Amino acid sequence: MTISLLTFYLFSAVILLSSLMVISAKNPVHSVLFLILSFLNAAGIFVILHAEFLAMILIIVYVGAVAVLFLFVVMMLDIKSSISKENILQYMPIGLLVGLVFIAELVIVLINTKLDLTSIQILSNPMSNFVGQSNTEAIGSVLYTNYILYFQLSGIILLVAMIGSIVLTLREREGVKRQIISEQLDRRGKIDLVDVKSGEGIDV
Amino acid sequence: MENFLYLLPEVFLFVVATILLILGLFIKNIRLINNLSIISLLIGLILIINQPYQSIFDNSYVIDEFSTVFKSMILIGSIASLMMFISSKEDLHIDFYEFPILIIFATLGMMVMVSSNDLLSMFIGLELQSLSLYVLAALNRNSLLSSEAGIKYFILGALSSGLLLFGISYIYGFSGNTNFNLIAVNYDTESLGLLLGIVFVSAGLAFKISAVPFHMWTPDVYQGAPTPITGFFALAPKVAAMGLLVRFLLNSFGEIYLDWQQIIFFISIASMAFAAFAAIAQKNIKRLMAYSSIGHIGFALIGVACVSSEGLRSLVIYLMIYLIMNIAAFSFILSLKRNDAYFENISDMSGMYKNHPFSTILIALLMFSLAGIPPLAGFFGKFYIFVAAIESNMTFLAVIGIIASVISAFYYLRIVKIIYFDEPKDEFDGFSIRSLNILFYTSSFLIIAFFIYPVPVLSVAEYAVRSFF
Repeated sequence: MTISLLTFYLFSAVILLSSLMVISAKNPVHSVLFLILSFLNAAGIFVILHAEFLAMILIIVYVGAVAVLFLFVVMMLDIKSSISKENILQYMPIGLLVGLVFIAELVIVLINTKLDLTSIQILSNPMSNFVGQSNTEAIGSVLYTNYILYFQLSGIILLVAMIGSIVLTLREREGVKRQIISEQLDRRGKIDLVDVKSGEGIDV
Repeated sequence: MENFLYLLPEVFLFVVATILLILGLFIKNIRLINNLSIISLLIGLILIINQPYQSIFDNSYVIDEFSTVFKSMILIGSIASLMMFISSKEDLHIDFYEFPILIIFATLGMMVMVSSNDLLSMFIGLELQSLSLYVLAALNRNSLLSSEAGIKYFILGALSSGLLLFGISYIYGFSGNTNFNLIAVNYDTESLGLLLGIVFVSAGLAFKISAVPFHMWTPDVYQGAPTPITGFFALAPKVAAMGLLVRFLLNSFGEIYLDWQQIIFFISIASMAFAAFAAIAQKNIKRLMAYSSIGHIGFALIGVACVSSEGLRSLVIYLMIYLIMNIAAFSFILSLKRNDAYFENISDMSGMYKNHPFSTILIALLMFSLAGIPPLAGFFGKFYIFVAAIESNMTFLAVIGIIASVISAFYYLRIVKIIYFDEPKDEFDGFSIRSLNILFYTSSFLIIAFFIYPVPVLSVAEYAVRSFF
């Protein structure tokens, strides 16, 4: 118990610190690398919670695909990494104020709430329906049955994202010479076959 | 599998959208795609009306009287904005065949929103809707304002989704369920954590209905987005988010309404007061409509704050009238066109009375209706809202509402004054576009005819409320 608690605090502390670095690092590439670090630690927390499947998915999808894509984008764009200090100082007081109010609210909630939630049955034993099954099995058995609507709708969201990115970026340029193999190889109507009598030649 | 049969309108619209998406690639006829979309939305409307009432997918998706009425309103809004699109696509540089398809997807998302009875389907519906709207806002790639609108809407929308998810995580953590009805059974009334969740989810939804203090994006997005899309923003998403807010608050926290009522009080009063003053200084008619919609949402929220069957009934009446008035307003704005250029400044309308005597009478009536002057439809919307507030012993809300309504009458009447009494300018040629005329005259007729025969609207509202009280 104590070891898992210790690792939880370790992972959470690293997540918090690295998230802070994501928004405060001067070099955007460093920001993305810190983002990857926080993803990895979030995956660690999932492992502590016995959600191995989610942990692996987080690493494969977020670290393997999304963060690497971010890295490409950041490296391709020429982002000026110098943010003036004045700009930060200008928004610092109001940002700190909002943050403090928010922390105060959370502290009040934490003090006034009994965190023993065992009275709610599903929270005390969340996996009661899936005893003896692995994570992957449990997710698989509900994802395509009880949660099929969400699954399909998420697919539609991805389709909309794809349509949107194409609509907003695709420009048809005129005067671009594209390679169209069939047209380039097609000889019909483009060459004449002429019988040339010897010694006479043809008019071109 | 049979669950999907109950989802017939949703499945139908999705299938149609994908077919049209492929069709549009081969048929370069945007008008045809658009007309097919309008027809399929009309078929969708018929399917919705005939949909059997059912709770499906473990009670996470509810089809009832309330959702049917709201879905019909949303589809009418979508059809109206598609009719606006066809009249203006070339001149506004938005002649993409994806436009009607994205509208259908957004409509689908909104249908999921008003039917959702679960935090998960609520969030997914909201995201489907928002994602389509972000793209639509930025559709005019040649315009800096449009891109700005898209980016602003996207960033603030992402922020509001973050707030919403944070709230959802608290509600789930303190009740152990995502289903609205199960949350209502399982929450622990002692815990403040749940209240924090309600606050954050309400804040996230207030972003979507652009209630003060979460309204900052509205004027810029309304001004920057191409006008048919601005019309769509003002029509459908507000109705959908309002329906979602009502179902979320009443189904899961109807018992502890005293806890969240004050949130609704505050955003309602703030929206009414802020919109009344901020709209006075506006020069752009689309910006003015943005503030006007913030104000109208403030009035509609009084109906939510009442937590009574009268309150909810007046909310539905108000939203229906709001929908009709906005269809009229935006088809009028799109008619302000001269030599393929659109005019958006209020000063451009000066002296319009001279060239368009009949249309300007209707516009004046529309402005009177928006301001809430009897005997037009807008007056009755506000009337029912205030009556409901007084019946629920919230006279102060009604008083503030009436004061805000009087102040906001100033900027509506200023438009009438500019149209009738200022120096005339050249003729607008947009008043001869057929699709706009259909929208403008039908909705104007409905605004005027409401007081003669209000029974259909009242009975539909009565019908919608049956799901809750």
